[in-house]
Amino acid sequence: MFGYYLTLALRGLVRNPGLTLLMVASIGVGIGASMTTFAVYRAMDGDPIAYKASELYVPQIQNWDPDVHSPNSSAHLDGLSDLLSYTDAVALMRSHAAPRQTALYETRFAVTPSDPQLLPFQTGARAGFADLFAMFDVPFAYGGPWSAADDQAHAPVAAISRALNDKVFGGADSVGKVLRLDGQDYRVVGVLRDWNPVPRYYDLQDAFGIVPDDVFVPFTRAIDQHKLSGESSNCTGAAPPAPGWNGMLQSECIWLQFWVQLPTSADAAHYRAFLHHYAEEQQRSGRFHWAARTQLRDLRRWLSYEHVVSNEVRMLVVVGFGFLFVCLVNAMGLMLARVMFRSADTGVRRALGANRGAVFAQGLIEAGVVGAAGAVLGVLLTALGLAGLRALLSREALVLARMDLPEVGMAIALAIAAAIAAGLYPTWRATRVQPAWQLRSR
Amino acid sequence: MHQHPIFSGIHRNKMGAAVIAVQIALTLAILCNALFIIQQRLSLSARPSGTDEPNLFAIANEWVGSAGDPAARVQADLALLRSLPGVAGAYVTNAYPLTGSGSTQQLSLDPEQQRTAPAAVYLGDEQTLRTLGLRLIAGRNFRAEDVVDRGPLNDPHPAGLIITQALARKLFPDGDVLGRGVYLEGQRGTTPIIGIIDRLQVPWTSIGGWGSAWSDSSIVAPFRDVSQSAYYVVRAQPGRLSELMKSVPRRLVALNHARVINRVQSFPQARAEVYRDDRGLAVILAVVCAVLLAVTAFGIVGLTSYWVAQRRRQIGIRRALGATRVAIVRHFQTENLVIAAAGGIAGVALGVSANLWMVSSFATARLPLNYLLAGAAVVLGLGQLAALRPALRAASVPPAEATRTV
Repeated sequence: MFGYYLTLALRGLVRNPGLTLLMVASIGVGIGASMTTFAVYRAMDGDPIAYKASELYVPQIQNWDPDVHSPNSSAHLDGLSDLLSYTDAVALMRSHAAPRQTALYETRFAVTPSDPQLLPFQTGARAGFADLFAMFDVPFAYGGPWSAADDQAHAPVAAISRALNDKVFGGADSVGKVLRLDGQDYRVVGVLRDWNPVPRYYDLQDAFGIVPDDVFVPFTRAIDQHKLSGESSNCTGAAPPAPGWNGMLQSECIWLQFWVQLPTSADAAHYRAFLHHYAEEQQRSGRFHWAARTQLRDLRRWLSYEHVVSNEVRMLVVVGFGFLFVCLVNAMGLMLARVMFRSADTGVRRALGANRGAVFAQGLIEAGVVGAAGAVLGVLLTALGLAGLRALLSREALVLARMDLPEVGMAIALAIAAAIAAGLYPTWRATRVQPAWQLRSR
Repeated sequence: MHQHPIFSGIHRNKMGAAVIAVQIALTLAILCNALFIIQQRLSLSARPSGTDEPNLFAIANEWVGSAGDPAARVQADLALLRSLPGVAGAYVTNAYPLTGSGSTQQLSLDPEQQRTAPAAVYLGDEQTLRTLGLRLIAGRNFRAEDVVDRGPLNDPHPAGLIITQALARKLFPDGDVLGRGVYLEGQRGTTPIIGIIDRLQVPWTSIGGWGSAWSDSSIVAPFRDVSQSAYYVVRAQPGRLSELMKSVPRRLVALNHARVINRVQSFPQARAEVYRDDRGLAVILAVVCAVLLAVTAFGIVGLTSYWVAQRRRQIGIRRALGATRVAIVRHFQTENLVIAAAGGIAGVALGVSANLWMVSSFATARLPLNYLLAGAAVVLGLGQLAALRPALRAASVPPAEATRTV
């Protein structure tokens, strides 16, 4: 029966090529617009480490006076900021209250290749603790992370990206070799495989990786070397730092990311209590003159709290789906027109014994065929749309916005479902055709 | 009850009329908001930075290692830059406009720093105004003896500040500015304002983002940036920009190898890059609007054609009874106008609510009335245009049609 209806549908559609083309184009354009924006949204809203999203947490501590009004603070609406001061980060590291933990910050190094033919160049780097590699499941091609002992010893060791290894060591296994960073020797302990999570969840200040992380060094070593954060250090809610490096470290300026891994919810509850207790202690000791406030968010909540997706993209998603809706209303109008054009045919079929159910089923199959054709057009237009967006918007935000199988499948399903939904009313109207009345006018 | 033929016609095609009205409403809602966003983004990206952009470029320099006196190597670089033929001016700084990154100072008039005004800080020396092409409208420029070195962790007290007119008005609404002191974050005592410049945009440009509420509040502080990484801003004599952008970095490396030149960027390149997303969004929305209008127009053509086909006999009768072709065209055009007007009213309501939603979630501005009116005019005009072809076809129905069938 389905095959017969399908044949009928195709024949019917070919008989009004203009209307059919308009319907297909309408659905195709709508799908193209909405899927293009949705693909970008999905790429930006992605959770690259979803399987661990409920284990990775970010602690927040209010270390600035909530009463000092500062229009400059990076604080969120809840008054908490997303970075920690050096004092707090070191205290949390020393506590070992979580199974794994790391303070992190982004910095830059000047690399001097051992090959005198190559000029020195600058590279993005990240200072952290050994745990970070296990926490973020950083994959290694050669070697591995440095050890906790290296952290303790402030050791001059480095793990480097594959790109940097290719550039400086020609892609060979460089473990044990010496890398000159800022004019000092570091021993390479590991070379990463390609690893660039998008968005870069562990540092959302640079969520789309404008500066790649090419070098990882121990936090303790970077502090010894007076490496400042390459991103913003924010002192606006705090007393100004005393001069010099120690002044910076002892200040309430915030500039460090902090991550903990808490495998179970019991661990999380325990850590939450610990964190609050820590802030209360700071209050008792006179450092905080306000009620202790802390927060512990898991990765999923952290990503939504930080609003990773730009307003431009959100706006485009809204416009894209609004557009799809207009296209569906349009397709519905055209289907309505078609049903009326063809009411004579329907009358004949009814007179020859087709019941209303059969007419309804056939009408919906026609709508589905239109939807399928619209889906093909829509997928093509989505590919075109993504190419257009890539040309028009910042590259880094669109690195991963591409058509994958799930997107294609979704586009097809959406197109067919939308076409059938748009076809419901017109088809119902078709079933109301009176066979006798239609036949009389012939 | 007597009903005008237009309304009775619409009444008999309730669903078709509703489809057109809904489509027009949605199209109008999207159209007026999109046009507004386009206009906003384009006007934002056309804001002047206040500098002589066509002749300026910046070199991002980073020193490698800590060998050498930081102040001396910067001085040597500046001396070289200023001696090169074709260079009209050069200075070293922490930031320049149109980059999206810089640093902020809170200025206040009371020592407790309760009420503060934020401003972008550009480090500079006695050559900065001339290099950037800024116009001093009151007071004086820095003198060589005002300028001191500033590294990453020392925060010396500035001898005086040059501020923009916009910031001066904000700090001192009474107009008396020169010589008055302001308190700076982290500094004891006040710093006098010694000069006022016409205009200098802050480095941040994102709409509704950091700095958007005070986009012309900038200060130039008399410091030579001798930190590990800094920018040299160079002004070329007219026509020599691209040549200098190639040669100057080579000359700097030849002078001192212990450096990395990360980037050489002209101000026009900086402008294109920093406003890329804004302009991109405007182009995308323009394309969306064009396609949307086309889709809606074709939808109206399709449905109206169907109406005409359905009513051929009635049209024939009207023609036979003496209606002119013009009267038939007018009938269909008026019918479309009535439907489109109903859709337009709904569209205005929808457009306003969409805008209010965007105001609350994206912090955009309120939609001005004239965008609604312009949008409504466009969709009504579009409806009339789309209905014209089917209406003309209706007018060509011969009166003899009345005698067929039956």
